[in-house]
This record gives sequence, structure tokens and C-alpha cells, in this order.
Amino acid sequence: MATHTVAFVERVDGALHDPSLQTALERATTRFIGNRAKAVADVDNFEALRNQARAIRAGALARLDELLARLADNVERYGGHVCWAEDGAAARQYILDLARQRGVRTIVKSKSMASEEIHLNEALEHAGLEVIETDLGEYIIQLAGETPSHIIAPAIHKTREQVRDLFVKHLGMEPTDDIPTMTRTARTALRQRFLQADMGISGVNFGVANEGAIVIVENEGNARLTTTAPRIHVAIMGVERICESLDDLGVLLQVLARSATGQRLSVYTSIISGPRRPHEPDGPEEFHLVLLDNRRSEIIGGKYAEALMCIRCGACLNACPVYQSIGGHAYGGVYSGPIGAILTPLLQPDLPDAHKLPHASSLCGACEWACPVKIAIPDLLLRLRADAVNSGRYEAYEPMAMFGWRQVMTNPTFYRWGGKLASLGTHLLARNGQVRWLPPPLDGWTKQRDFPPFAPKTFTELWEERKKQE
Amino acid sequence: MTTQPHRRAVLFVTCIVDQIYPNIGFAAAELLERQGVEVVVPRGLTCCGQMAFNAGFRDDAYAVAGRTIEILRNQGDVVLPSGSCGAMIRHLYHELFHGTRHEAAAKELAKRTYELSEYLVDVLGVTDVGARYNGVIALHDSCHGMRYMGLGRQARTLLEHVAGAHLVSLPGSDECCGFGGLFAIKQHQISEAMLHRKLTRIAECGCDLVVTGDASCMTQIAGGLSRSKSRVRACHLAEVLANRVGVRG
Ligand code: SF4
Repeated sequence: MATHTVAFVERVDGALHDPSLQTALERATTRFIGNRAKAVADVDNFEALRNQARAIRAGALARLDELLARLADNVERYGGHVCWAEDGAAARQYILDLARQRGVRTIVKSKSMASEEIHLNEALEHAGLEVIETDLGEYIIQLAGETPSHIIAPAIHKTREQVRDLFVKHLGMEPTDDIPTMTRTARTALRQRFLQADMGISGVNFGVANEGAIVIVENEGNARLTTTAPRIHVAIMGVERICESLDDLGVLLQVLARSATGQRLSVYTSIISGPRRPHEPDGPEEFHLVLLDNRRSEIIGGKYAEALMCIRCGACLNACPVYQSIGGHAYGGVYSGPIGAILTPLLQPDLPDAHKLPHASSLCGACEWACPVKIAIPDLLLRLRADAVNSGRYEAYEPMAMFGWRQVMTNPTFYRWGGKLASLGTHLLARNGQVRWLPPPLDGWTKQRDFPPFAPKTFTELWEERKKQE
Repeated sequence: MTTQPHRRAVLFVTCIVDQIYPNIGFAAAELLERQGVEVVVPRGLTCCGQMAFNAGFRDDAYAVAGRTIEILRNQGDVVLPSGSCGAMIRHLYHELFHGTRHEAAAKELAKRTYELSEYLVDVLGVTDVGARYNGVIALHDSCHGMRYMGLGRQARTLLEHVAGAHLVSLPGSDECCGFGGLFAIKQHQISEAMLHRKLTRIAECGCDLVVTGDASCMTQIAGGLSRSKSRVRACHLAEVLANRVGVRG
């Protein structure tokens, strides 16, 4: 679905009026929030763990170059190959060339937001390769021809009933709402593909510099198959997803699983260093690690660096009342929710409406409170808003409105008379003490809400009158 | 009353209370005066600057907030009947004034700025302000106060001591009502969706009065209650504590 051809407001409108989406979001985010709350309460001091995780992430970003170099050295020492990809085009080219040289025809993929970020599937399919997503959620949206709407639950926007219909149509399943039957159907279809595939492409949750290892967490076992069954394994990792040691990894895995799915640990945690060794019975013949920069090293020195601490747990999406209302697709970028409203303008600045995303927030702070590494998401959104204004991107009426507001708020005479005018106007518009219609651009308020008239005399005036009487 | 040392506090009612809800200002003043605090309302105080700051117009915010800092210089404790404007001063002035000539004054102001319920409970040590309300009360936790000023406990303590009132818990009381300043207008559809969730919870909890510590959230919730012809009313915490629910002007 080419979501970016439709304006942001229309996408929002569509999402709010899509009953299936509303049902799906309500069911899923409620479950996620509940599970997270239980998993967090289960730790003696989750706050301390969050602080530790944040310090680990901050420390890793501060020494990014050094740790990446160590990771790359160690990967190569274990017989793997490393591609330093400056942008999406470089990463795509490397993978395409590799596939061509090795005579690859079928590719299985496990979940990777980085691959979404560089639109890898389109490029591979365009080159005539067959690509099959093997994460159940990703598989569902691949069948539906859509993009992920959540970092960890890509098909969160689909109800069970919609998935049933997809499987009936594409996989010839007998109509049933039974979830085990549906997963069995998908598993049978996918098992075949694992055996056929020449290449497996995975994401990376963390790279561990000291070990030359990549770490993948999952609950379905498909990533383990993707990374071991085909003869070539390609892992794509955003350069910021690095940590130094297994000790650091231990902390990050704990907060990740608890924040993402409410688990103590994900069902499968794979720590992979290099291809199959001579004495090993299985594993790929080749291992390639694509280190994707794609604007990250520009961000790292600046005022948005904190956003790169993100470990992609999705907790801020679940906690966000805006995400709960509109889902992921309305954001239009690869990453959605509060962190997406930051990452999209930074990583995909050319996307129309990207600068509007930071405004899709009431700044309530639920995201920051849910975030396992305590990213000050609202503060970053505010900075992005200021940047947008400084580069001339605002609503047409805003500069005048702000100018007027500033005069009123800094000049007691204007303040007094501005208030009187507002009081007069709102009293004229009021019926039974409530304003039910306001002129544009304020009419957004009164579509579903009343507004009280301004007071005939301000508190300050009344207070001064009272003081005089005393 | 015990003999307390003489206290003096600036009451910064905020622009919305000053212009729309003077009753909240008087309620807050009364609550402080009853505790023996001398209330001062400095001339010309208007707004903390949050509206423009949130919209990204930092120059305009700087002009307004910088003036506010000047007016509040050397004025001692500053009390606001708003967790949101309080959080602006305590949390966001740091960002707005970082590296400017107001930086030191902004930091100093943040240290003596309090939200009303926080001032009553944590500074003055009051739990019972002698209020009475015959009905069922629910508290909505306003986001900025709760998350950036640590509020919630103080208001609950004060409400628990309101004679005749039954305090029920509002499910999802810590979820945003959808106000968010200009967000409520620019993204009104999302704001409305958030408000409707809040209104559903309010209807389900069986209260007849929703109390919030912020006039802005109150405007959002009251606006929705009024439009949907609900029998539930919304008021500011100060109003119920000062027995001024439903008083106009
Ligand atoms: S910003 Fe924080 S909460 Fe959101 S996905 Fe990243 S780590 Fe998780």
C-alpha cells in the first residue's frame, strides 16, 4: 500500500474510521501493556535495570566507531564478511550482487526493520528473486501486500478474522478462526520454503563487539531456521545496535523482552558468530554482516543522538494514546509510533509530511515512561517541531497567530484588551453558557467539544478590585 | 491554627485561569490564605510560554517566558494551579533558556516553583483543607504534572479528606485526555478519539465529578462532557478543595 501518496490527515481519518483496525489495536495494545506491566513488576527494581540499560546504550554510542571496528574484526576472524553500507542503496547493491554471484533464486527472511528501512524486498523482487517472509506477522502482511505497522508485531493491525480470510485465499485453508490451525497452515507452507532457499536474510537485535557475534531474539524459531538452513546468511544491522560485551547484552536482553512482549526472555535467543566451522554439523557456508549507516552517523553527534539508543522494543508504541488511536500505517514511515515520529523525519526526511509527525503527539510522556532506555521522546519531538519551524514548515496561520500571542502576552495593555475582545466574542457565540462553534482555524476544537466563554473580568482584575476594597 | 512562620507565595494563576476561570484562581488563593500564606499576585504576570514552545516557535516562547522570569525574580515561592505550566518552568525552561542570559535565573526559578497540591501537602504539610462535597469524585491525573513533577499522591491525599465525598478510582486515570495544546486543534480527530476513551472511562466509574489539577485538561474533559450532555461535571482540584464547585466568575 503506497501510504505516502495520501496526506497525513487523510491517513489519520481513514485509520480512525476503520472498525477492524480499531478492534485490532485495542485488543493488541491492551494485551501488550498488561503483559509488560506484569513483567516489570516481577523484577525487584526495574528502574535500576532501566538506568543500567540506558548507561550501556549511551556508552556504546559514545564509542561507536571503536566498537564497530572491533565487531567487524572479530566477525572476519570467524570467517564472516562485513559490508559497511553508507546508505540503503549500498546495502541493497551488496546483497543483490552477492545473490547474483552465488546463483541465489529463493530467499527466506526473518523479521528486520532495517530491511524495511532500505526497501530491500522490492529491490530483490525487482531483480527476479523470490523473497518469502517467515515471521508469521511478516508473512501475513506479505500475503496482504502491506508493510509492518508495528516494530515487533508487524501485523498488529489485522484482526484474526482478516488473517483467516487471507489464509483461505492464498493458502487454501479451510475457513476457521482456530489460531493453532492457522499457525499450522502457515508453518506447513513455510517449511517447504526453508528447504528450498539459497539465502537467509535476518535482522540483528544486537551486535556484540567483543564476541564478533550478532544476537537475534524471537519467539517462533523462524529466525533460527532462516540463519541456519540456507547456505548463505546475510544479517542487516543498523550501526547503532551495538554493545560491547555479553554482560551488557544480558542487561539489554532483560529489558528488551520485558518491555516488548512482557516475557522474561524471548523463547529463542540466537548468538551467531560467523558461518559454520569445519567441525560443526549445520549452519550456513557463508555469513555476511551488512552494517547499515543510512544517516545514523550524522545523527550521532547532534541533538537527536538519544534516539539512537532505541532498542526497538515497541513499548512506546503500545503505551502511546496516539498510536492506540491510529495504528502504525498512518505515520507513513517505516517506523511508527512515538519513536517513529522522531526517526522518520531524521531517516526519511524526503517523505512528504514527515515534518508533521512530531506534531502527532499530545506530549503526554507515556512513551518516555515505558521506554526501557528512558529516551526523552517528548523533548526530542519538541526539538523537531522547532527545527521544522526554523526551516519554514508550519501551518499558514501560525506565524501570525504566534506573533499576536506574543504581543498579547508581553504587553499588559494588549493582554487586557485582547482578553476583553475574546470575552465579548465568545459571549456572543455562546448558547446556554457554552460555545458550540468557533471560526477557523479554531473550529477543530468545537467539532466534538464545547468551549467556555472567556470571563468578563480576569482573575487579576478581580483580585486587584478585591485588594482595593480591603 | 498552629503558629507557623510567616509565609509568602506568588500565585501564578496561568493565562487560561486568568482569562477563562477566575474562580480557580480565587479557590487557589483561598486555600493558601487559609494556611496562613500571604498570597501575592504580581502585576503583569501572564503566561509561562508553553503554547508557542510546544508549537515549535521558540523565539516567541522565549520572549514571553523570559519576561515571566523577570517578573518572578526575587519573589520567593511561586505556586501554580497547574502541573503542566509548572512542568514547563521546572522541566522545559532548562531547554528553552540553555545557553542564554536567562539560564541562571531559569534554574533558580525552577527550584522555588511548585504546583498547588504539591505546595499544600509537601511544603505546608496539610492533608485536610476542611472541604466538603456530597458526591462521588474521580481524579484524572494530568500527564505533565504526573510525569514531570511527580504529582498524583498529593491530590489523592487532599481528596480523601474531603468530607461527604466518596473518592473512586478512575480506570486509566494516567492516560492522556487528548488536550495537548494546539494538538487539540491541529490533530483534532486524534484528540477527539483520546477524549472519547476518557469519557467512556468516566461514565463507567460512576463518579459525578471529575477532578483534575490542570485547567487545560479540565477544558478538554468538560468540553466533551458538555457536548455529550453528560450529567457528570468537571472541575479543578482547587475548586473542590475550596468549596467552590460550580461558582462562576
Ligand atoms: S524508543 Fe524506547 S520504548 Fe520505543 S521502541 Fe525504542 S527502546 Fe522501545
